[in-house]
Amino acid sequence: MSFSLKKDKRGVVVVGVDGQLIVGNRQELKQKVLDALEGGGAKFVIDFTKTGYIDSSGLGVLVSLSKKIREQGGDLRLCGLNEDLQTLFELTKLDTLFAIAKTPEEALAAF
Amino acid sequence: MTTPQRLAVRRHATGSETELSLDVPSDLAYVGPAVELVAGALPGGLLSARRIRFNFRTAFAEALANAIAYGNRHDRARMVRVRVEVSPEAVRLHVTDEGSGFDPGDVPDPTRPDRLEREDGRGLFVLRSLVDQVVFNEKGNSVCLTLRAG
Repeated sequence: MSFSLKKDKRGVVVVGVDGQLIVGNRQELKQKVLDALEGGGAKFVIDFTKTGYIDSSGLGVLVSLSKKIREQGGDLRLCGLNEDLQTLFELTKLDTLFAIAKTPEEALAAF
Repeated sequence: MTTPQRLAVRRHATGSETELSLDVPSDLAYVGPAVELVAGALPGGLLSARRIRFNFRTAFAEALANAIAYGNRHDRARMVRVRVEVSPEAVRLHVTDEGSGFDPGDVPDPTRPDRLEREDGRGLFVLRSLVDQVVFNEKGNSVCLTLRAG
């Protein structure tokens, strides 16, 4: 499991989640995104195309990051959720809290 | 993890039933490895690959993290006992901590508008959404998650 960060040419930070986002690694994701926020990043996309599963701690860290990014005047979008993950967001009603795109390209185009 | 401990799954088979068991130290760093270890040891054919990949893994991670954090309070002297009964009808996952238990009826609905932006409090809700049955013992320190075959 790992996280990759890259910036597109307009400065949008795209974070890839490879494997799972769970209680054991959520702090690593949180720190990476907060560091990028501190470094001047304002627009973020978290890409779950390569993600197998997310537990409630992982969902919680996304909620917390979204709040922090919005407080700094930025924006967080999610993309690449498979059918199961999309259902998880719908059941928890977190689909109402996040802007969710199908693909990274779609998420980037929405900024 | 200061002193990583090697996790090992014990397997016991009787007729058409298989039982897997595992003791997990109360450190959240063990959750991911324990989930992968048990998911990889499940006999094939009973649950679809998709349900093992998502429902089983997520529910197990959730129950294990709850047991470590809220049950055993991260006390590394305490263990979480995991037992998986695999029969032709279902997979039953028992997760037991050494804590004093809790009342699952006391957990508020995390989808309420006033709780939606909270970071925590979704664990039990997610568990119940992912498996066919969630049963706690009376004390509240042991949960049995059932995923029926399919």
